[in-house]
Amino acid sequence: MSVANGSASPVLELDDVHLSFAGVKAVNGVSLHVDPGELFAIIGPNGAGKTSLFNVMSGVYRPQQGAVRFLGESVLGAKPSKIAARGVARTFQNIALFEHLTVIDNLMLGRHQHIGYGPASAILWRGRARRLEVEHRRHCEEIVDFLELGSWRHLPVGLLPYGVQKRVELGRALAMEPKLLLLDEPVAGMNLEETEDMARFVLDIRDELDVPIIMVEHDMGLVMDLADRVLVVDFGTPVTTGTPAEVQTHPEVVRAYLGEEAT
Amino acid sequence: MSTTLPPKTEDGSSPVAPATPTDRRAKRTRLWGRPAFFQSYEQQLALFDTWSKRVGVAVVVVVGFALTQVFSDDILRSLALAFVLAIAALGLNMVTGLAGQVSLGHAFFIGIGAYTAAAISGDPEARTIGYGIEEMWIWLPAAGLVAAVFGVIVAPIATRLRGLYLAIVTLGLVFLGEHVFREWSSLTGGAGVGRSAAEPVLFGFDFSDAGSDSMFTRDQQMYVLMLVLLLVFALAARNIGRSKVGRSFAAVRDRDMAAEMMGIDLPRTKTLAFALSSFYAGCAGGLLYTITGYFDPGSFNLLLSVQIIAMVLIGGAGTVSGTIAGALFVAMLPTIVRNLVAPNLTFISTLPSETPNVFQVEQILYGLLIVVFLLFEPRGLFGIWVRFRTYWKSWPFSY
Repeated sequence: MSVANGSASPVLELDDVHLSFAGVKAVNGVSLHVDPGELFAIIGPNGAGKTSLFNVMSGVYRPQQGAVRFLGESVLGAKPSKIAARGVARTFQNIALFEHLTVIDNLMLGRHQHIGYGPASAILWRGRARRLEVEHRRHCEEIVDFLELGSWRHLPVGLLPYGVQKRVELGRALAMEPKLLLLDEPVAGMNLEETEDMARFVLDIRDELDVPIIMVEHDMGLVMDLADRVLVVDFGTPVTTGTPAEVQTHPEVVRAYLGEEAT
Repeated sequence: MSTTLPPKTEDGSSPVAPATPTDRRAKRTRLWGRPAFFQSYEQQLALFDTWSKRVGVAVVVVVGFALTQVFSDDILRSLALAFVLAIAALGLNMVTGLAGQVSLGHAFFIGIGAYTAAAISGDPEARTIGYGIEEMWIWLPAAGLVAAVFGVIVAPIATRLRGLYLAIVTLGLVFLGEHVFREWSSLTGGAGVGRSAAEPVLFGFDFSDAGSDSMFTRDQQMYVLMLVLLLVFALAARNIGRSKVGRSFAAVRDRDMAAEMMGIDLPRTKTLAFALSSFYAGCAGGLLYTITGYFDPGSFNLLLSVQIIAMVLIGGAGTVSGTIAGALFVAMLPTIVRNLVAPNLTFISTLPSETPNVFQVEQILYGLLIVVFLLFEPRGLFGIWVRFRTYWKSWPFSY
């Protein structure tokens, strides 16, 4: 599935990124590149800086040093809303849905930047506003079908079970028609069945929708099964990058997760 | 995706392929035996998407107009005032209920609107500023726009602060406004004196002047004018609420960080919320004193702000119908107490010099209601309505 390294220009490139909060080094010299159609995973122990990396990619944090390029253009220091507009969508480790709104409204908010009408048209609800609402609603229904959310679509997401909320969040990111999808722990806290469902959705997104994905995940089974390449970070420092098989046997990775071997 | 269809399918779990907008025929043909089945997204996105809603709203509107023939002029005047306050509350509902930005400064924007309208429409010969343009279609939008400009000026503060801090800053606005209104006597007439309000003249017809040949009284005319305006403003508010704009407001309220990740520009969205909200406040301000004809700079105080907030909270934050219900309820409270409660409870005096009197009862009820609603029904009157509706939908079963 994965495109061979270097055969096409990368979707996202991080070059020697350093991010620190006062004295704490959250990200320390991470470089990575994600190719079109690739499922790239970032793993590491708690506090390794995985989510910080996501926040750098989506513009929440500005790294002190290094370069971030999306589709060949630097997005360093751009506002999160601008980076989102360029086609980077993300989900959150702790679900960040608009909890009082329905599933459909959450998906429609994912399409916000694609819906092109202004407040004046909204007040009248004639012509353009109504036509575009219907048009984009149809697009959202496709996502509802894709993620099998049909029975929930008119419920406020705050009332939905956890696993479904995770799915809605994925749907909201998909509604943005992203060129790159960042998934922050998509199966955290899920049972086996829900994890299997989510794995299937993630594979479908990559294969059918052809969206490259970066995934942060603690479920090693899932990462090893799904990912094309894996980056291991520990205390903000990159340990190694490689295929799941390479990474699994890497001595540094074993040490980071299991500690030193007793002598 | 196995889902049992509910008895009514207004929820739109329709597996039927939606009609294209051009396919008008699909709008008319209904599934046999399933008259409520939605077959297009347009049907589902309709403002009054069910038969019962259409009938319900029609009945409320007809009754609203019919009340002119039922109630005395006194009560009609209070109701007209309540309608105008409802417009102001709809504005606050946009910034606080939808966008989640607590604003205590609504009285300030109402004041701006009131003085803009009064100045434009005022008599050029009078001792206060006036330009003599009495046409309402000029001074009403102008009052809203000037207030909206002030809303945009204040908005940068709102984009940097949130919650309690924003509430305190907007509270400061009210005191600033009160001071300026009191001192700028060439515009406002000065404290304790006041000035005459804008003239409600539309295309030459003066609503505040019922000539001897008119078949309606002045209060009936004003009541109808305010009712129509409230309906217009409510429809616009509802359209904003269900559109892209309202959704982005709600997104900022629920999760501002996630909203940014959807490509929503937070400062711009908050500024728009303040502008729209102040526009409503300004229009309400312009209209508010056309009913009494005269107003004092002391009117735009913190109490007015709190009153509008109470309307939104008691009615149900974030909803248009709830806010209107809350506004009518809060604004009519004094009338209700005076006409219904006081005559039946003889120990309550109508004289301010005795205790307990109706004015004290009003104040106590007012405070009590806010506390009771926040404790027992935070979703307000709208929440009560939802519970009532759900109960009767499933009656006689409990689920």
